[in-house]
Amino acid sequence: MPESPKLALGPCQYFWPRAEVERFYAEVAESPVDIVYLGETVCAKRRELRPEDWLALARELANAGKEVVLSTLTLIEARSEMGVVRRLCDNGEFMVEANDMAAVQLLHERGLPFITGPSVNIYNAATLARYHSLGLRRWVMPVELDRDALVAILAGTELPDLETEVLAHGRLPLAWSARCFTARYHDLPKDQCGLRCIEAPEGLAVHTREGERFLTINGIQTQSGHICNLLPAWRELVDAGADILRLSPLPTGTAARLEAVREAFRGNDAALAAINAQQPETCNGYWYGQPGMTRLDTNR
Amino acid sequence: MELVCPAGSLPALHAAVDAGADTVYTGLKDATNARHFAGLNFTPDRLAEGIAYAHGKGRRVLMAINTYAQPDTWSQWTAAVDQAAGLGVDGVIIADAGVLGYAADHYPDLPRHLSVQASATSPEALAFYRQQFGIRRAVLPRVLSLAQVTRLAEDTDVELEVFGFGSLCIMAEGRCLLSSYATGESPNTAGACSPAAYVRWEDQPDGGLETRLNGVLIDRFGPGERAGYPTLCKGRFQVGDRMGHILEEPTSLNTLELLPDLRNAGIAAIKLEGRQRSPAYVAQVTAIWRAAIDACIANRDSYQLREQWQAALSRLSEGSQTTLGAYHRPWQ
Repeated sequence: MPESPKLALGPCQYFWPRAEVERFYAEVAESPVDIVYLGETVCAKRRELRPEDWLALARELANAGKEVVLSTLTLIEARSEMGVVRRLCDNGEFMVEANDMAAVQLLHERGLPFITGPSVNIYNAATLARYHSLGLRRWVMPVELDRDALVAILAGTELPDLETEVLAHGRLPLAWSARCFTARYHDLPKDQCGLRCIEAPEGLAVHTREGERFLTINGIQTQSGHICNLLPAWRELVDAGADILRLSPLPTGTAARLEAVREAFRGNDAALAAINAQQPETCNGYWYGQPGMTRLDTNR
Repeated sequence: MELVCPAGSLPALHAAVDAGADTVYTGLKDATNARHFAGLNFTPDRLAEGIAYAHGKGRRVLMAINTYAQPDTWSQWTAAVDQAAGLGVDGVIIADAGVLGYAADHYPDLPRHLSVQASATSPEALAFYRQQFGIRRAVLPRVLSLAQVTRLAEDTDVELEVFGFGSLCIMAEGRCLLSSYATGESPNTAGACSPAAYVRWEDQPDGGLETRLNGVLIDRFGPGERAGYPTLCKGRFQVGDRMGHILEEPTSLNTLELLPDLRNAGIAAIKLEGRQRSPAYVAQVTAIWRAAIDACIANRDSYQLREQWQAALSRLSEGSQTTLGAYHRPWQ
């Protein structure tokens, strides 16, 4: 029986109204999650919450006993966007998840320990060890890597003060673009997008011309169509070296899922099995060295 | 301004050099570079021949080792760096921090260029790679506008190279996993996007054609409609009640008209995409860009785009269409 991993809630990938964000995180504060990542990682124009608001929310969650991490923007294109990243790195209270090398540089320059998100490309032990020497204390494995790669990377480094986190549930972040696909869908120029992402709390579904759910567009981000669900295999993730399992926020069911996963960690799998059964269209291929969209039935 | 041209074979390298490339970039026949296609790229012996040819004419040769090294095949990437150094290339183009570290530690005198696959878009990211690995130059992702490129050039002391012409990635390079989501192989891991081994072209009873990637329907063409290669991001899909190119139309990047602006911004080099293209293509595109750069250098204020250049480049482009891509405001 492996030791229980920690449970994390990744940064919300979607653009929700402020009141919805507040309602969501009030629920999260009551949930059995250990670590909460906060901040806008997809589009700098999404400002329902400003950096100060995220910080206030961070303090509330910290008061509720959660470890809080602030996440930075993934694709940085303008000086103004760097300004926001700098403010997060200079927050002085909370650890920062760097989602781009610019944030890694700022955190390293300040002598601060840091975390890297899944879009920072760490594909081998040499890279992991190098970043660790610069202050990396936790990394989220890139989503296209598989179990064997994780085992080999960790075997090649053996760093006792480094935590490994794996995205275990949520739509996979697959690509980042200069173009905004949501604005394109609405026939709007990107700089006059009207912030229409707010109308799609789980992004816009992309189907093939024969009706197969394939992708999800979420502003400048493209996600998997199916939700990646490695929760049924959580023991395998822990055996392979995952210290922390990450769930990515969804507008509904997140708190219940956190509760069910915590119960599963305690040995009671019934609630998690019931939730998983309600979610037929999932994928888990990457973890098993297959195309990411594949679903293998490997439950326990 | 340096003209950096692609070569996927020795004849293409000859063509690029003969047509006026200052520098030719190449790759080995394995997954260590981002154009890992069957029948393409160099064995060490062929590359040695190519380097001798280019050096004989006073030109440079770079080797791209720009995929992400994975644990079980790590030694393939270090071997590629060793070979680059042994063959006497004029620089290596690398994305992976582990591989960059290996190159910097073992061959400090071998110039290191940061590959576009590293997706460095800010002065801070460039400073990171310069401080950690002593990069001399960085190739910028095709996600920045001209204004953003100009500002970045002001804010960094790293030499910058930008893409001028060729196939267009609309996603930030090195951060696109669409291909592995569908096939298990991505530019990062396997050096290929939408790999040919997974492609199926299926004739339809009505005379049309369907293209699939690992079974996923990427596009459907009517009888007589011009069918394109099923690159994932250029397929036609359904969103809500709309069907079409929801990510991007098949089109090529062409920044010929921005040449004076790029020069004014202090861009050190222009890169042409296309190691997978034929020697004839490389010769034509190189010759046009050579003429344009020469004209721009001779007189930047009176630089005029020649219509025959644009017409020729359009004919060589995907879907015969070109775009300024992210350099151009409507994308921003």
